[in-house]
Amino acid sequence: MLQSTFTIIQSKALTASVQELKLKGDCSAITVPGQFVQVEVPGKFLRRPFSVVDWEENLLTLCVRRSGRGTDILCNLDAGTELNLLTGLGNGFTTRHVTPLPLLVGGGSGVGALYALAKNLTNRGKVVSAALCFRTAADVYYVNQFAELDAQVYIYTEDGSIGEKGNALDALELTHSQLFACGPLAMLAALDANEELDAQFSLEARMGCGFGACMGCTIETTEGPKRVCADGPVFPGGVIQW
Amino acid sequence: MVNTTVNLCGIDLTNPVIPASGTFGYGLEFAKFYDINCLGSFSCKGTTLEPRIGNPAPRIAEGNAGMLNSVGLQNPGIDHVVSHELPKMAEVFHKPILANVCGFSVEEYVQVAEKFDACEQVGWLELNISCPNVHGGGMGFGTSCESAAEVTAAVKAATTKPLIVKLTPNVTDIVSIAKACEEAGADGLSLINTVMAMRIDLNTRKPVLKNLTGGLSGPAVFPLAVRMVWQVYEAVSIPILGLGGVSSAEDVIEMMLAGATAVGVGAANLKNPFACKNIIEQLPAAMEKYGITDLQSIIGGAHHG
Repeated sequence: MLQSTFTIIQSKALTASVQELKLKGDCSAITVPGQFVQVEVPGKFLRRPFSVVDWEENLLTLCVRRSGRGTDILCNLDAGTELNLLTGLGNGFTTRHVTPLPLLVGGGSGVGALYALAKNLTNRGKVVSAALCFRTAADVYYVNQFAELDAQVYIYTEDGSIGEKGNALDALELTHSQLFACGPLAMLAALDANEELDAQFSLEARMGCGFGACMGCTIETTEGPKRVCADGPVFPGGVIQW
Repeated sequence: MVNTTVNLCGIDLTNPVIPASGTFGYGLEFAKFYDINCLGSFSCKGTTLEPRIGNPAPRIAEGNAGMLNSVGLQNPGIDHVVSHELPKMAEVFHKPILANVCGFSVEEYVQVAEKFDACEQVGWLELNISCPNVHGGGMGFGTSCESAAEVTAAVKAATTKPLIVKLTPNVTDIVSIAKACEEAGADGLSLINTVMAMRIDLNTRKPVLKNLTGGLSGPAVFPLAVRMVWQVYEAVSIPILGLGGVSSAEDVIEMMLAGATAVGVGAANLKNPFACKNIIEQLPAAMEKYGITDLQSIIGGAHHG
């Protein structure tokens, strides 16, 4: 875990509600796909947590969904703005024992959160299927980014306006040997109820601190209470009491 | 050179900075960021007899200059704390701690206090009769003079350690409750706990917190805390651990001028894990700026003359 200053070098609207931020700063604390950062937002008391979408030594990519005043402020900041970040938070995905046909299922703002994992897996020669699920065509983002990784990309929209008409559950029909998913809690709960293979779920939560101190983001699991921020955000299938 | 040492109920602290209960866990998360032995002490997460998961999510919300929590005393229970958390804590923190004691009955407070009393690491007991997020306990004891005095006297009889009673600001007259606790045997007082508050989501038109209300902390409550520390200092002769929105070395000095012997830092730790370390490092320069050589000498300084 590291606290350091990052500078926005690019801020780009991917859709009406999702903004891609590229930030320059020390990414040395980020070690595993699926970890997250806590961003101090000018004028707001609490930091905001965001999944690491991609990272290099000094370049961090985040996808921020406009979901309130804090994220609006963040999305409207100009390039050159400095931000205070806590990096290297959370456990991230376990990628040591990945089977040959991993399926990644992203829902809405959870799509970007799977990008670093897709990159890690395709770099290691895995045949990755990426099911990107959205409400409607206007919400779709990052399809090209996943395609450029040589992942098999499948798009699902609830209204069928682009790709297959369907949702994350329909993606389970794709041939796969393992599941990684990130998206709304209801989506993850439905996947967990319908999946019998190895699965890992990355959870979103309203957090206070982001590093395990405040107990604000606790969930109940078969192994007792767990903090999404410090014990997660990635949990194995069959464990969470949704 | 300046002297930052203060004495809280008979135990010397190298500086007055004490992370507040519920914002510092059992110390381990912060020990990953810095050597927490720079702290004066710290107050551990509020501990009950039985394990508690706390209230349903969401249990964090935000205000313009602070945050609301409705965690509701999530903790693994006193036996697990004594057998697992305190030994782990001993590896990263080598000074006496404040053990924050919570309960839902006088008997439960006493049982938790007795178990903490047997622990060498525990320097003080902090009796939490002020948590706004639990029902049938917590703040219920801290809102009347009679119940506050009853639980204070019972726990005082069960411990050999200095007993600091933590008071709630959610009362009409905190001074009378402070006096009742002093008369019942409290060795010190800590104030304030969080201020009961609410936020409403404009999209759902419902309270943000599932518990509906939560406790407000952070800079928003600092002036309120200073005022209450001032009033209580006027009325009692036991030491005060002042807290509520403290986020800088200047805030520490102001709280001490109001009457605090030691100063708690709460929500600031959650925004910036280095908050206490920064405050402690900035304290000597702030003291010099305001012509203070001995911090202990300024306690209640705003009341004189």
